[in-house]
Amino acid sequence: MNNTHSTQTDFMLGGEIMLGNAAVARGAYEAGVKVTSAYPGTPSTEVSEYMVKYKDEVYCEWAPNEKVAMEVAIGASQSGVRAMTVMKHVGLNVAADPLFTVAYSGVNGGLVIFVADDPGIYSSQNEQDTRLLARAAMVPVLEPSDSEEARIFTKRAFEISEKYDTPVIVRSTTRLSHSQGIVYPEPRTNVPDKPYIRDVAKNVMVPMNARTRHKDVEIRMIDLTGHSNNLDLHEITYNDEPIPVLNDLLNGFEELKVGVITSGIPYQYVREAMPGASILKLAMVYPLPRILIEEFAETVDRLYIFEELEPFIEQQVRSWGIDCIGKDQFSIRGEYSAEIIKRGILGQRTKSDIPEIVPARPPILCPGCSHRSSYTVMKKLKLHAAGDIGCYTLGAFEPLSVMDTCVCMGSSISTLHGMEKAKGKDYIKNWIAVIGDSTFLHTGINSLMNMTYNDATGTVVILDNSTTGMTGHQHHPGTGVNLMGGTAYMIDIAAVCRSLGVEYVYEIDAYDLSLLEKTLKEEVAREAVSVIIVKSPCALLKDFVPKGKCIVIEEKCAKCGICAGPACPALRKNKDGSIEIDQVACNGCGLCKDLCKFGAIELVENK
Amino acid sequence: MQTKNIMIVGVGGQGTLLTSRILGGIALLAGHDVKVSEVHGMAQRGGSVVTYVRYGFSVAEPLVEEGHADILIAFERLEAMRYVHFLKKDGILVLNDQRIDPVTVITGAEDYPEDIMEKLTARRKVISCDAKSAALSLGNARVFNCVIIGLVAKTLEFTKDEWLNVIEKTVPPKMIDINKEAFLLGYSG
Repeated sequence: MNNTHSTQTDFMLGGEIMLGNAAVARGAYEAGVKVTSAYPGTPSTEVSEYMVKYKDEVYCEWAPNEKVAMEVAIGASQSGVRAMTVMKHVGLNVAADPLFTVAYSGVNGGLVIFVADDPGIYSSQNEQDTRLLARAAMVPVLEPSDSEEARIFTKRAFEISEKYDTPVIVRSTTRLSHSQGIVYPEPRTNVPDKPYIRDVAKNVMVPMNARTRHKDVEIRMIDLTGHSNNLDLHEITYNDEPIPVLNDLLNGFEELKVGVITSGIPYQYVREAMPGASILKLAMVYPLPRILIEEFAETVDRLYIFEELEPFIEQQVRSWGIDCIGKDQFSIRGEYSAEIIKRGILGQRTKSDIPEIVPARPPILCPGCSHRSSYTVMKKLKLHAAGDIGCYTLGAFEPLSVMDTCVCMGSSISTLHGMEKAKGKDYIKNWIAVIGDSTFLHTGINSLMNMTYNDATGTVVILDNSTTGMTGHQHHPGTGVNLMGGTAYMIDIAAVCRSLGVEYVYEIDAYDLSLLEKTLKEEVAREAVSVIIVKSPCALLKDFVPKGKCIVIEEKCAKCGICAGPACPALRKNKDGSIEIDQVACNGCGLCKDLCKFGAIELVENK
Repeated sequence: MQTKNIMIVGVGGQGTLLTSRILGGIALLAGHDVKVSEVHGMAQRGGSVVTYVRYGFSVAEPLVEEGHADILIAFERLEAMRYVHFLKKDGILVLNDQRIDPVTVITGAEDYPEDIMEKLTARRKVISCDAKSAALSLGNARVFNCVIIGLVAKTLEFTKDEWLNVIEKTVPPKMIDINKEAFLLGYSG
């Protein structure tokens, strides 16, 4: 979904209803941020899309990848202004190199890194916990639990960053980033730019300087622990009344004073399910406020740690000799809810009736998606694809079933190369790498360089739909428009490939099926690196104009069903074999028409 | 007041997010605490999507639990079936009577259930309409979600003018009139 317009209902008295991600942008704006750089990634994308509303006062950009985005923010901070970078959890892996070292150098202007995790894996390739990476890098973490806190904590993160000379991570999760709650905006703070002063010992991390800075970082963590103990953002609710909780040994209930340590969205589940418990809601989850936690633990009979993903708080609390219940009861995997507390701690049963058993509805390529056309040809040629991250990852599944592997952004090209080096040129003659335009510019480019450098022969297919599709249509260096809305230099992907030493580069219309088939056949057989750029704009782009609508000529239809093979959602095969095409959903791509051998489908072109 | 729980279910790309924003907007206007939880990303590509809207004096959890929904707004029949058990026993299902085949049905691996309406009406009170045809009669299929909001409005405590006010402030300026017409079609129909 494209969220760049009409999403904020700013007509309310006092409060506004705001997406968690919008509130992060608001908080950064209020903190006087001057530069933000990001690469789109669900569930973090909307922060930049809201940030750009303030483009008169804040410079915002899409960078080609998260490492670049983080370095841009570091540079802005070094120069003396407040800066922010935004990414999803796996994006932080890409940016881990600068992260670990900027932790040593520290900041000049405040530096905030907003990272959104994805418990439940709604739209990601793994379920990693950013807090672990933050601890490894020794970077403090704030964790808001609703939209208003997202605004306030982001703002405060800049202050903490400058006070302790450290980057600060604000960690969110899908549920927080994509929930709306009431926010009370405040005006922007006018933060004067700091002067830049040359300081090689702090800003040039060669061994002798880094050794000193490492010590400084350890001292900083001790100072920050003190800060965390006194931080006014933590919230404690005390309840002295015992409440009935499950005891498996007694096979029943016992009355206990219950305490829960939690943070982020899980706090809301605790508040919903157990209003009778004492709750310590942590705002800063790294470093943890040890004294505060020890004092809280003293006041309760039973202590629960309620945190999604890794036992990050729990392991530290246990290491201090405090007895608690955490991951022995609640899963490391998936998203939490109030219901799991009601069931697991309070022994309450769900009131609902039994669900109906219905066919699943996984995501599917849209009507008129050019990837469907490309995959139809690849499938016909029985090709295997080393895949990549984007809408086109759906090509792994029935009925397209072309993609065999997918690891991370940019990995398609390098994994294909690895296969060739492992098993030889002939082995990959029915293999291709499949990657999108935005993903190619993200990190695929390095992998292609590796191919030409290391004498490869693989075939790379770049599915160029002129946008970053899956995350909701963001521009990238190949689209000619930047985040600020200005005309930008448009990277010519074909020219980039040629300049990297690829001799055989083709640009083909995604709907020229015969040319695509011929070129694929020739290039997988060729003992040289080749790149086939399959071009056709995403059918969901605002300026996309369908060629027309496809209609069925019933008397010509042989009911063979070949048109239904690629599973276009606009097309339905009835029980009797006849075909219906939904005239609202159809985007007129004409793939079904081209597949029909009987001329039974016509494309009625728009006048 | 007791927290009101509304769920909106449908197929990614149908425009459920606009509906949740209008519902969130009207609850806020009435002075309630509100939380709206949405699905973005991969599921928006034709997958099953769920949006939760909760409002009341003070709302903690953004999710609606099974058996706790007051209103289930379903943009598609099969999705209504998938989530109908989230409704309270006296909850109301507002159904856009449209069929969108999931990929397993398109490929012929599974059949689209034929007896959905019977099963839904046996379980809960159902208000249904063909919002897409209604919207097409106004000349734009995309405004069908305001037809559905019109139907939902009849079951909630807000006035017609409050709804029209929020629609005006939520949809793009060029689309205000046709969306208001769509709302009134659902509200009077």
